[in-house]
Amino acid sequence: MSEKLRVNPILCSGHGLCAELLPELITLDEWGYPILSGKPVPGELSKLARRAVTDCPALALHLVPER
Amino acid sequence: MITGTALWYASRATGVISLILLSSVAILGIVVSRQGRLPGLPRFAVTGLHRSLSLLTVAFLGIHIVTAIADGYVHIPWLSTVVPFTSDYERFWIGLGTVAVDMVAAVIITSLLRARLRPSVWRAVHWLSYASYPVTLVHSLGASKDLRSGWLLALTLATVFAVVTAIGYRIIDAAAAIPRARRVPQQLARTEKTGSPR
Amino acid sequence: MTTSVQEAAIRHAQPGATSLPRLLPTSGQPMSLAAHLQTHGPTPYRGGPGMLIHTIESAGLTGRGGAAFPTHRKLTAVASQKGVAVVVANGAEGEPASDKDKALLWSSPHLVLDGLQLAAEAVGAAKVHLYVHREPTLLGLLRSALADRKAVGLDRITVGLVGAPPRFLAGEESALASRVEGGSALPRFTPPRVFERGVHGAPTLVQNVETLAQIALISRYGPAWFRAIGTEAEPGSMLTTVRLANGGGAVTETAIGTPIAELLKLAEHPAQAVLVGGYHGAWLSADRARILTLSNADLRPLGAAVGAGVLAALPANRCGIVESSRVVDYLARESAGQCGPCLNGLPRIATTFSKLAYRDSTPSTRDELQRWSQLVEQRGACHHPDGTVRFLRSALTVFSGEVALHEAGRCSATTSEPYLPIPAGSPAYDEDWR
Repeated sequence: MSEKLRVNPILCSGHGLCAELLPELITLDEWGYPILSGKPVPGELSKLARRAVTDCPALALHLVPER
Repeated sequence: MITGTALWYASRATGVISLILLSSVAILGIVVSRQGRLPGLPRFAVTGLHRSLSLLTVAFLGIHIVTAIADGYVHIPWLSTVVPFTSDYERFWIGLGTVAVDMVAAVIITSLLRARLRPSVWRAVHWLSYASYPVTLVHSLGASKDLRSGWLLALTLATVFAVVTAIGYRIIDAAAAIPRARRVPQQLARTEKTGSPR
Repeated sequence: MTTSVQEAAIRHAQPGATSLPRLLPTSGQPMSLAAHLQTHGPTPYRGGPGMLIHTIESAGLTGRGGAAFPTHRKLTAVASQKGVAVVVANGAEGEPASDKDKALLWSSPHLVLDGLQLAAEAVGAAKVHLYVHREPTLLGLLRSALADRKAVGLDRITVGLVGAPPRFLAGEESALASRVEGGSALPRFTPPRVFERGVHGAPTLVQNVETLAQIALISRYGPAWFRAIGTEAEPGSMLTTVRLANGGGAVTETAIGTPIAELLKLAEHPAQAVLVGGYHGAWLSADRARILTLSNADLRPLGAAVGAGVLAALPANRCGIVESSRVVDYLARESAGQCGPCLNGLPRIATTFSKLAYRDSTPSTRDELQRWSQLVEQRGACHHPDGTVRFLRSALTVFSGEVALHEAGRCSATTSEPYLPIPAGSPAYDEDWR
């Protein structure tokens, strides 16, 4: 069961924690907002991805099942 | 055998430590919400420190409460842990402590579950952390004479100063925040003014 | 009301006849309840939920609000949710270049209101709303139409009239749900989509007023009648807002699949380019426009769509880049300002594009526009950035010659009179979103 990351752009205020924890999957644009690749989260990054979801101060990041 | 006096001193000491820890947690929380940095630390470490210290606070609070009740010299029922103003001893001041514990417990529990809660719910409960600070402070000053003189008084004043300053910054941020409806006009004005839209 | 409504195509037709007009009354005057009942009879309730859906499926009706989504699938999706549904008739028409919903509400309100009751019955809804621009004359007209229906007990569910702010995004379905709930018309993050959780958490059916009017007719005259005009894949008639190159034009009801050149009278009034769909639509070159029909089958392969039926022919004496820049500036002003990429990206795109329009560009202008376009696409909660980028890219492609002229400091326009309708002012307060 693979998952991918999604961000709620209304809640997101550009803290940037997610990009620090998962530079392989998330980069920040010139205004500090996350650019998600949309690709599934590889197994070895799964734990970090979960941490990024929990740590996001705005609770804007989620993991959703890949359809 | 642990004497009553030792338990009582333990409660007072862990009380002071809990107050300092709570103040640090509050300041770190404000740093996070302002998207601030601590030198040399990535943002996830600031958040991580905020969380770790809050769990440490819970540990010290736990010892503070258990030792106060276990020491039998004055009567504080176990019920007072959660129900305010039910202690025979210093009903009011202990009661305030209970109120603070209830608030902190709500904040901690919702934060442990935060990935599973709706953001608006988590945020609403987290506001209680602001309310818990003055309640904790008044409890600390009232429940024992320790903080009212000497170096402990100085320490208390220093932490109060730090927390109030942090809250001051938070309030300035909130006052300066651009209302949503004005964000776009402000962005347009900014890009038009700079000539080159950078 | 506007003269465009009064100039609507007048062709005599018996009700139920397979030609036009169907939605708009033949006389060009608003249809009173009495006239409506005489022409079409009373609201043909089926007697239970779900019963209309199969008829709509056979008719092949697709949404007339812009997305052209199969209506029966939307009805089914809402009907199959847990919880009692809400239906909202969407007449907000935030698109400045479109007048068709206003024209329909003015001239055939009872078709819309019939369709609203029938859709509510089909999905088992208990509450219905009519969402329209909060313009006092229109609201007064609709209140009296509702009162007329109440007097004869025509409506089974009382209709709540909700005023929409004059915002481009006011008709977006999640913004509509927020407004109907009493808040501001601001888009929400999805999922859940409104058909699952919309107004106050209930499954919500949002249908454009023209779609509902079509439902009202199909339920009386049947799928075969509906399919008698239009194409096999896109049957029926649709309302279009037509703007000819000479400045004339009207809201016109036409069969889907009608050649664009015919609708825009391109032979008599030649154009340099045609805007199709609206301000989230796309420009077509004159050559293309001359050979295409108004259908998604013809338009989608070119990255365009029928959309809300806007067709505007740009005359040769105007500048396509200046006109497009006015549109992009408007679209930037109309951002809800909720999402970082849109809030930051659209103003920068608008300012940079306007420099190109006013012949003040730098060699990096086109690259910057390209970069920011890619940066904002798909990164908002709604499709405002995506639609804006689609429009911008089509302008840069179709008017590439003009772009080169502007970069060299020249412009081909012989008049600076604005062509496309752009509302003045920009929202700056919460009330502007209510």
